[in-house]
Amino acid sequence: MRFPRIRGRSLVIALPYAWLTLFFLVPFIIVFKISFSEAMVALPPYAEVVRWADNQLEVVLNFGNYVMLFTDSLYVNAYLTSLRVATISTLICLLIGYPLAWAIVHSPPSTRIILLMLIILPSWTSFLIRVYAWMGILSNTGLLNNALLKIGLIDAPLQILNTDYAVYIGIVYAYLPFMVLPLYTALMRLDHSLVEAASDLGSPPWKTLFTVTIPLTKAGIIAGSMLVFIPAVGEFVIPELLGGPDTLLIGRVLWQEFFNNRDWPVAAALASTMLLLLMAPIMWFHRYQRREMESD
Amino acid sequence: MQDIPASRSWVRRLILILGLGFLYIPMLILIIYSFNSSRLVTVWAGWSTHWYGELFRDQAIISAVLLSLTIAFMAATTAVVLGTIAAFVLTRFGRFRGENGFAFMITAPLVMPEVITGLSLLLLFVALGQLIGWPTSRGMSTIWIAHVTFCSAYVAVVVSSRLRELEKSLEEAAMDLGARPLKVFFVITLPLIAPAIVAGWLLAFTLSLDDLVIASFVSGPSATTLPMVVFSSVRLGVSPKINALATIIIVTVSIITFIGWWLMARAERRRAQERALMKKP
Repeated sequence: MRFPRIRGRSLVIALPYAWLTLFFLVPFIIVFKISFSEAMVALPPYAEVVRWADNQLEVVLNFGNYVMLFTDSLYVNAYLTSLRVATISTLICLLIGYPLAWAIVHSPPSTRIILLMLIILPSWTSFLIRVYAWMGILSNTGLLNNALLKIGLIDAPLQILNTDYAVYIGIVYAYLPFMVLPLYTALMRLDHSLVEAASDLGSPPWKTLFTVTIPLTKAGIIAGSMLVFIPAVGEFVIPELLGGPDTLLIGRVLWQEFFNNRDWPVAAALASTMLLLLMAPIMWFHRYQRREMESD
Repeated sequence: MQDIPASRSWVRRLILILGLGFLYIPMLILIIYSFNSSRLVTVWAGWSTHWYGELFRDQAIISAVLLSLTIAFMAATTAVVLGTIAAFVLTRFGRFRGENGFAFMITAPLVMPEVITGLSLLLLFVALGQLIGWPTSRGMSTIWIAHVTFCSAYVAVVVSSRLRELEKSLEEAAMDLGARPLKVFFVITLPLIAPAIVAGWLLAFTLSLDDLVIASFVSGPSATTLPMVVFSSVRLGVSPKINALATIIIVTVSIITFIGWWLMARAERRRAQERALMKKP
């Protein structure tokens, strides 16, 4: 449908455009600006970057925050840990999510919808509470340790809560629905006669999986992985509740710099570098989502 | 719609049982232990609804619930309007200048780490406060703006997928018969996408209700939402009162989802019946 070129059209575009520009795009520019500022005890707690005094425009760019990020091992390690944790969690999500999506797609059509709803339902309940549920299960006196002790598999409680393992479990648990959904869509759209043709021609199931099914559902794999990986890199709640004091992921470090140290410029520099790091994955996800929005 | 061969193998059943078990057992444990009479959350000491009573007597939690519900209601309603317009622009307006940038601002919030969104919005509010004197203080209104921004992206995705499925012929017919675009939208398009709008509203409502990180950044001392109260309590360890609260949330969401699913399934069946009737000579 083509709308006549009238003023109403631009007005309709302008409203969401203006809102998103002001509250989504402009804030990043401000973050970038403040990352070049210097922290000081004031309200707000940073020095102005651009000043106008005595008919002179002064721009004071402080690169100290960035120098610190790249020289202090705390920050470098936090970035590396975040990337590692997010990558491994995404892979585990994919390894659990792909069979799960496959099993739903190959269920009878009447049960397919209810199974899909059962996968989505947890993501509609509280994220915080689902992470919290694991605190009671994984702690030293928790249900898992009690059960393992009772059946005699271990003699002393395993330390799982407050370690990296608990963070992996938390991320996989919380983000699994976001992995399954795009995989389900991709598998539903797959032309299943191709799979049948491959097996009719004598291809063993595992070979069909790797040469037909997986390549043809690549778009779903990318979308699901990005939906897990990108938020997981900046995750704060899960490492804070399930991780140990040394599980310093970048989101947690940013939170501490902002709330505990009140160092807004360093927090802004952390956010800027994280955004830069995630720009490629975000564009990747955007390209997929865009195609998804245009195709019928 | 192609026929996908249903697999009858035990492998499919096993995967489903393991997958759903992984998703649901932790929540079931939470629900069961909310009825534990012991203060020690890991020791079972008999059934009791004691902690539910405690929960309803906790004034801080009750007022946080009310604040969160108010913000979620306002944010979801605004986000539905903004998100529906955005979806309409994306699916019906063809190409326009800055279209790709517009689409990017719809998809990026879906994956943007919350700490980045939260910090950037807070810095915007501080800068705006210095520049134009608003907002003077942070609280409900700043949380509302933050929630509208990321929720409208989700609404836009839900509504645009429905808009794409929709036959454009009805809208085009109305246009050909001389209806103005605005009228076409309200009389033809809106009723057809109503289920998606309801789904988008519910999604926005739950997202807003659940947000901890962004709200913590943009809120002031005057506004403490429910996730903030839960988080500060949970940080100190497992608490039976929070188990009771979690149970109420899980049960409420499940009931609403099932009702929604049942209504949608019924509407879908009716549509299929109508289609079958129309095909008959």
